[in-house]
Formats: sequence, C-alpha cells, structure tokens
Amino acid sequence: MSTTKVKKMLFILSKATIENVYAAFIMANGARMEGIEAEIFFTFFGLEAVQKKKLNNLHVATVGNPAMHIPTMVGGLPGMEAIATRMMKKEMEKLDMPPVDEFLEILSASGVKLWGCKLAVDMFHLEEKDLIDDMDGILTIGDFYNRADQDGTQMLFV
Amino acid sequence: METQVNTLNVDRNQEGYLTDFSQWNKEVGEQIAKEEGIEMTPRHWEVINWIQEQVKADKALSIRGIKKSGVLDIKEFYALFPGGPLKISTKIAGVPKPKSCI
Repeated sequence: MSTTKVKKMLFILSKATIENVYAAFIMANGARMEGIEAEIFFTFFGLEAVQKKKLNNLHVATVGNPAMHIPTMVGGLPGMEAIATRMMKKEMEKLDMPPVDEFLEILSASGVKLWGCKLAVDMFHLEEKDLIDDMDGILTIGDFYNRADQDGTQMLFV
Repeated sequence: METQVNTLNVDRNQEGYLTDFSQWNKEVGEQIAKEEGIEMTPRHWEVINWIQEQVKADKALSIRGIKKSGVLDIKEFYALFPGGPLKISTKIAGVPKPKSCI
C-alpha cells in the first residue's frame, strides 16, 4: 500500500483556463491512482468546466501570462487565444490527455466527488440541468469544509 | 512484506515490482496480491492477463487506456484493485510500474 500521509485531497477550482482546469483534474486523478480520496469544488469561473455548453470550449490565457513568452498586447489580439489553445490541445493529445468531457467521466468513474458551489451557481443563474450529470451535488463552502472529515486531508485552491 | 518477497525467490525493486518478468508465474502474482490485501478471482486474472498483453505489445498503460480497453471500465478497475488500481495491478502482473500521470 501507499506510504503517503495524504489521505484526502480537496480541490477548489475557481478558474476556467485550460491550464488551471487540467492542473486540478490531473492532481485529482493522480490522487485516486495513489489510493488517495479526491473531491473538487467548482466555484466562480471554475464552474465553466462542468457546464455542459461550455466545458469543451475552455481556453488558454494568453494575456497576463508571462510564460506564454509573447508580448501582452499580441496576446490580446483577436484569435490569439484560439491559436494558443489549439496548439496546447494538440500537445496534450500527444500525451494521451483526454478532453475535458472525457476527463470528467474518468474522474467521476474513479470516485472523485464533483461539487458545484452554491453561491456561484446562484450568481451565474445556473440550474442543475446546466451542469454535467456526473455532479455529486451543490454545496456551500461550509459543507465543503465538512468534507475534510479525516486526518491527512489537504485543501488546495486552483 | 519483505519475508514474503524472499519466500517467492524473485527479484523485485524497492517498490515491490518484479525486475524480471520471466520470473513471474501465477503463484507469484497471487502472493503479491495477498501483500496488497487482494483475493484474486477469475475476473482479476482476466484483467492481469490483459495488462500483460498490453505490456508485451509495448502499449502504455493509463487510466484512459482502461476506459478504452473494452475489457473493463474504470469503476470496476477501482473495485477490483482498491487503493491505486494501475499501481497494484501492474505489480501483481509482474510488469513495470506505469510512468503515466493519467
């Protein structure tokens, strides 16, 4: 069995850029593969990653992202986000990384709990039918804290 | 765990993976499964055989690959090998630990 002291990972995903969404997904999936429990709380823009209509159209942030190594003004030109996103998706496909919808299926089947943030759902006027069927429910942040119900629980804000 | 390793008389690395697949047989697999707290059933062996075939065919193992395998789905995989299915099943199968993050 695994020797890690981490028993449960709780992720709060607050952004909808591809790099953040994949970071949370890969860490959650990686936790399950090590026998660690994992849950994701989707809040604010993070909710885009579980909205049926939006989840397959997430983008890379080309503005305000120094690691893009292009001038900020160029990053802001029309179409730049789409180009950068296409390039990144191609690279990810090479590494056999699943697209967002398939990744969510994998996470759910792997036992990762997926929660929507009540406040953000209300704020964006969303209903449960707007979110993927694999959602485990809508929680308040207080409810989510209560998911940290055992020693060795870690919480991470992405 | 170490004593069981010795009684098996096979070469294993620090994490308990076989370093030479030619030393593998069902009894070895059974013994490693026991260390992991798993009682092997015919269904377990079907999956182990499939994993060995994949490795022989030089195909990388991943959770996504399990989903596409047509042999079993991810839910069943986690149910059969709880606590890190890819890690544990490859150890039982006598093949190297997969390097994939997905």
